[in-house]
Amino acid sequence: MSKNNVDIHFDAHRCKGCGLCVIFCPCGNIRMSDALNEQGHPYAELIDADRCTGCGLCFRMCPDTAIEIRSNKTAKR
Amino acid sequence: MATFTRPRTLKETITHYCPGCGHGIVHRLLAEVIDELGIREKTIGTAPVGCAVMMYDYIDCDMIECAHGRAPAAATGLKRVHPDKIVFTYQGDGDLAAIGTAETIHTANRGENITVIFINNVIYGMTGGQMAPTTMLGQRTTTTPEGRGMHGEGGPIHVCELLRSLEGVCYLERTAVSSPSDVLATRRAIRKAFECQIAGKGFSLVEVLSMCPTDWKLSPDKAVKFVNHEMKTVFPVGVYKDK
Repeated sequence: MSKNNVDIHFDAHRCKGCGLCVIFCPCGNIRMSDALNEQGHPYAELIDADRCTGCGLCFRMCPDTAIEIRSNKTAKR
Repeated sequence: MATFTRPRTLKETITHYCPGCGHGIVHRLLAEVIDELGIREKTIGTAPVGCAVMMYDYIDCDMIECAHGRAPAAATGLKRVHPDKIVFTYQGDGDLAAIGTAETIHTANRGENITVIFINNVIYGMTGGQMAPTTMLGQRTTTTPEGRGMHGEGGPIHVCELLRSLEGVCYLERTAVSSPSDVLATRRAIRKAFECQIAGKGFSLVEVLSMCPTDWKLSPDKAVKFVNHEMKTVFPVGVYKDK
């Protein structure tokens, strides 16, 4: 858990590097890796876990369900 | 506790879709709605011919594979034999609006109590970017290298507008998956369409404007802008019928 009580996990193995999470993160807190995963794609990674508010926009935009978030906040589904 | 995790109905299999493709998002929304409504054990889906042809590998409910465009006809049979099951078809623009036009229109007109998820990405994805019935005027594809023209290819088919006048249609909505708010709207629309079927109201269809970065030859971020700035002006999102 981070400072904001958010537990966010990026699955590098599933990620195809489309970068939609990077575009839509309101905190600008996601970047693409320099390394490649087994599929040959760069993968999304969190820049600073403590800055993540757990809003879930990256989860909603991810076509590959490569992001999972658990937080203590309530969010509209 | 807010959790954003993979819905139970979505299998863990990594999809074969290209980076930035909208199919993965719609699959997840579909799985979330099936979970929410608690209908996984009584849902039967039909996989299309097109990019989502192997959808049965990703959605954990009963699925059948239909001949190209014939999903609404097959779904009609399924629903009539199993009226207690929830039957949906998942079709692309080539499947639903080209080879399957007759099946789509007549299934809608008969008011068959099924739900159709229609993915409109204005191009043929699986076969390599040829013109689809929904391709926009002026849009370049491999078969319209100078852009689609009104005199020659004709204009794009607007499926929701076309089906709106049919008596048997209960619910029609066009949404997109090109921003978080659009994704939420799509989720609400899919849920509403399934609720119409559960209530036995008749034919429901959700048209989802989706990204195809590979065949549009755009990066995923530009593909999102293409949906938001160009596709939505030709295909306005909104509820087209709700009775």
